[in-house]
Amino acid sequence: MSPSLRDRILRLSLGTTALLSGSVILAVVVFLFREAWPALASGKLSHFFTDLKWQPGSERDPQFGLTPMILASFLVTVLATIIAIPVGVGGAIFQQFYAPAFLGKFHDRLLELLAGVPSVIFGFWGLTVLVPVINRWHPPGQSLLAAGLVLALMILPTVGLTARSAIRSLDPGLLKGAAALGIGRPATILRVIVPAARQGIGAGCLLAIARAVGETLAVVMVCGNIAQIPHSLFDPVRPITSTIALEMGYASSDHRALLYAAGLILVILSGTLVGWQSYRKESFKPRQAG
Amino acid sequence: MSRFVLTITAAGLFLLHFTSCSKLESSEGLLITGSSTVAPLVADAAQRFEKEYPGARIDVQTGGSSRGINDVRTGLAKLGMASRALKTDESDIQAATIAMDGVCLILHSSNPVEGLTKDEITAIYQKQISNWETLGGNAADIVVTGKASGRATLEVFLGYTGLDSADIQADVIVGENQQAIKTVAGNPKAIAYVSIGAAASEALAGTPIKLISIDGIEPTTENVARGVFPITRPLNMITKGEVTGLSRTFLEYLKSDRIRDLVETHLYVPVSP
Repeated sequence: MSPSLRDRILRLSLGTTALLSGSVILAVVVFLFREAWPALASGKLSHFFTDLKWQPGSERDPQFGLTPMILASFLVTVLATIIAIPVGVGGAIFQQFYAPAFLGKFHDRLLELLAGVPSVIFGFWGLTVLVPVINRWHPPGQSLLAAGLVLALMILPTVGLTARSAIRSLDPGLLKGAAALGIGRPATILRVIVPAARQGIGAGCLLAIARAVGETLAVVMVCGNIAQIPHSLFDPVRPITSTIALEMGYASSDHRALLYAAGLILVILSGTLVGWQSYRKESFKPRQAG
Repeated sequence: MSRFVLTITAAGLFLLHFTSCSKLESSEGLLITGSSTVAPLVADAAQRFEKEYPGARIDVQTGGSSRGINDVRTGLAKLGMASRALKTDESDIQAATIAMDGVCLILHSSNPVEGLTKDEITAIYQKQISNWETLGGNAADIVVTGKASGRATLEVFLGYTGLDSADIQADVIVGENQQAIKTVAGNPKAIAYVSIGAAASEALAGTPIKLISIDGIEPTTENVARGVFPITRPLNMITKGEVTGLSRTFLEYLKSDRIRDLVETHLYVPVSP
């Protein structure tokens, strides 16, 4: 077989796999649009923002207010990120600059293990360990706080591991330069390393945020699932993903179309995050070259 | 022939083999979806059935009674499970009762309250009574656990109390029975309504929950069997039109007395044939 033929076969088969994954994503979005269309076309989507409550099963007064859930998705994600980013990035810096080698390796393995724990386990742990603790403090326990903490634990490895590799892949010359200038370790870390690695760290954070927005299984077990605007960290909330998970199995007609529309909102949200990420990459390029 | 082509051919053959295999098996496979109350019983029965009929492969998935009904309607599943009677507007499908169950209220085992009346239950779920002290318990807020819409337990409960789902003021909403049980087990102030069978099995296994009486009637399988317990419901298998083949054989199996002992192990009430 000639090398050129081999190349052509390889090109064809690799192209097919690329086409496959790309078209599946498109098909999913098209499918979401099609299923959500009855809600979009009939203007029912306005229910999302005009109705105050979410009570699709009520026979007397069905309402489809999505505002509390959009807010819940947002708050849960923000809470998880506020906890996970300092802990994750701090851990990565400690591991690279302060920890003895064996401890650093151990920390690495632990984070990798954490990344591999299935989300149902996080949910189960949250429900049986974390929720009772919060409940003793402030009932009912299933709350914005519980969901944020469980999510923080889940996105911690993403933040930590990407921050670590971002720091590791920095030009060693930076460290040498800082040492030659007589800059101390704290200033080197804060003024040289973190700014230099901020693109990689930021990319990890965006990945983590995207995961936090989309996480369903663990959250549905610990968030309490009450569609309301929370007044404190201890109030139960219901993110968009929980609603879809709890109700999609059986929803019909308007209710079903509105759930698909809610799914579409989620996809648009994560699409925006991905778009932002690639925009960031673009805008960073010239600097890196320079 | 180069190694590359060999690999591709091998992969192709493997895929071909794989698809032909799954085709063969799917003719012997059966998907059942629906109520999380009925699922444990049907899953146990399916395990026994698979031993007696080698080659049969039964897959039991939960998601609530409405999912079971929906999946049978759309043809996604041949058999559905529903832990409630069919409504009048569901005459396009058929139900076969394989056992009876009740819905009872559960509290944490440390809660001193032993029983509630129908009026008290209705008031608790509308937040008209919000402290255990009013009911003879400790001074603590009641954590009201409700079920997500579409769950049969919710519909049975609404039917009993005469409430609309919009009337219910819950602090926590859960999906499956197990989630309700875990919520109460971890919260001394909580109250939830769940399947008697599921709750009694958990309580027997040492989970710190207790089943309380309603209007003075204890939630026992005997009281469900005698028809005196106020909230009872049939556990149904749902079908659409004539079923054939494996679905029919398994449905007959579920209706026969060969799973009577399983029904009793799950603390449900067998239906007399």
